[in-house]
Amino acid sequence: MIEAKNIDFYYGNFQALKNISMKIEPKTVTAFIGPSGCGKSTFLRIFNRMNDLIKDTQMEGECLINGQNIYDKSINIDNLRKDVGMVFQKPNPFPKSIFENVAYGLRVNNMGDKSFIGQRVEESLKDAALWDEVKDKLNKSAYELSGGQQQRLCIARALAVKPSIILMDEPASALDPISTSKIEELIHNLKNQYTIVIVTHNMQQAARVSDNTGFFMLGELIEYSNTKKMFLNPEKETTQNYITGRFG
Amino acid sequence: MNHKEEELKLLKDEIIQMWKLVISQLEKAKIAFLTNDVELALEIAQTEKRVNSMELKVERNCENYIALYNPVAIDLRLVLSIMKISISLERIGDYAEGIAHHIIDRDCNNIDNELIEELEIEKMFGVLLNMITNALVIFDLEETKSSRKILKKDKEVNRIYKMAFERLESYVLKNPKDALCGLKLILLIRKLERFGDHSGNIVEEIVFFLDAKVLKHKGKLE
Ligand SMILES: Nc1ncnc2c1ncn2[C@@H]1O[C@H](COP(=O)(O)OP(=O)(O)OP(=O)(O)O)[C@@H](O)[C@H]1O
Ligand SMILES: [Mg+2]
Repeated sequence: MIEAKNIDFYYGNFQALKNISMKIEPKTVTAFIGPSGCGKSTFLRIFNRMNDLIKDTQMEGECLINGQNIYDKSINIDNLRKDVGMVFQKPNPFPKSIFENVAYGLRVNNMGDKSFIGQRVEESLKDAALWDEVKDKLNKSAYELSGGQQQRLCIARALAVKPSIILMDEPASALDPISTSKIEELIHNLKNQYTIVIVTHNMQQAARVSDNTGFFMLGELIEYSNTKKMFLNPEKETTQNYITGRFG
Repeated sequence: MNHKEEELKLLKDEIIQMWKLVISQLEKAKIAFLTNDVELALEIAQTEKRVNSMELKVERNCENYIALYNPVAIDLRLVLSIMKISISLERIGDYAEGIAHHIIDRDCNNIDNELIEELEIEKMFGVLLNMITNALVIFDLEETKSSRKILKKDKEVNRIYKMAFERLESYVLKNPKDALCGLKLILLIRKLERFGDHSGNIVEEIVFFLDAKVLKHKGKLE
């Protein structure tokens, strides 16, 4: 369970998030939609403290994961990021072999011996629906994979350390329809085991993959509800104007 | 208005056209019935084909709109309700044609005028025309305030139907030689009664489109 309480976030003097509260149930897919610059990525990064890495920023409010405030001093950030994995818009494999990309998180965290790592890499690649395509070339460079395959490799890398939450920031925006539908299928299957939060600019994608949808605008959470309700009968006029493309 | 909205407006205009055609079919059916005008009845039967082809066109255009524009929220509800309204309008058009054939067949036009008056068929036509026309008004203006009022009119239709049915029943028993005509009149008022139900369905679709509320089958639950 993720619980954000009254989150404000500032880049210098600029307030990017305004008093946002949201609860996310375990093993659900939650989509964030909204116009460019509305704060989706900023809010997503609250959940694994990625914003900490950006200079001159300030946050107020609380973010609890399973009841624990992740901004508490006692929190170990490495452990947090292991539990809350992230997949970015552009696939960003390391300049290493396919195998080493997936094994990376396990090695830096000293998780298990050689055979354990081999097993976990295979498992993760299978979960990311990539295994059949790469099982014969695990030692080839990750850069030899297509964009869609690289993105699934990054998902496998995130899965390898067994997080409970996976954050995805526009994971399919650079992909063709076939790779996109593979990623969506994957999200659908991963839902049994993980809590997934996904930012997407594709309205239909949000409608297809998510259980709940949050609509953001100018740093505010305008509406947060069940996805079916949001796309059939949104509460707010602003939401309706946005999802039906009547903006501007 | 962007391109998407223009296409949606075309869909709306199309169903309104079909709606107006069906209303005019009913107005003609009413006059043809009350004045025994066979020629007017023939005209109705002829025009029925146009109603049918309009329904097909509306349906096809709705399918295309869904396939091409992936409508959501109020747009999705509008397209869905247009599809259902077109089915109801087509059915109402069928009833108008059925009434036309009642007149064209000429085997029930010597019936006692007094009986026809007692059956309140003219009034029934009036209430129904009022329902379907007001439904069109709220659809066009996108304003559902008077939807309840329109739906209530169906009660009056049902009352007349029940009364007329009983009246015809006893008429047929007393005048066995006019039994066929009596039965045909029962079929006719039955059509008008069904027409009332379809008008009600149309109003419910409009409420779904505009307010996202489902009125259907509520009466049974309450
Ligand atoms: N590192 C930064 N420094 C200063 N301002 C930033 C920074 N990152 C984001 N912002 C500002 O914060 C606001 C929210 O940005 P954010 O990236 O969260 O938006 P977004 O909803 O993810 O947009 P997009 O859909 O374009 O990715 C924007 O106005 C942006 O200009
Ligand atoms: Mg972003």
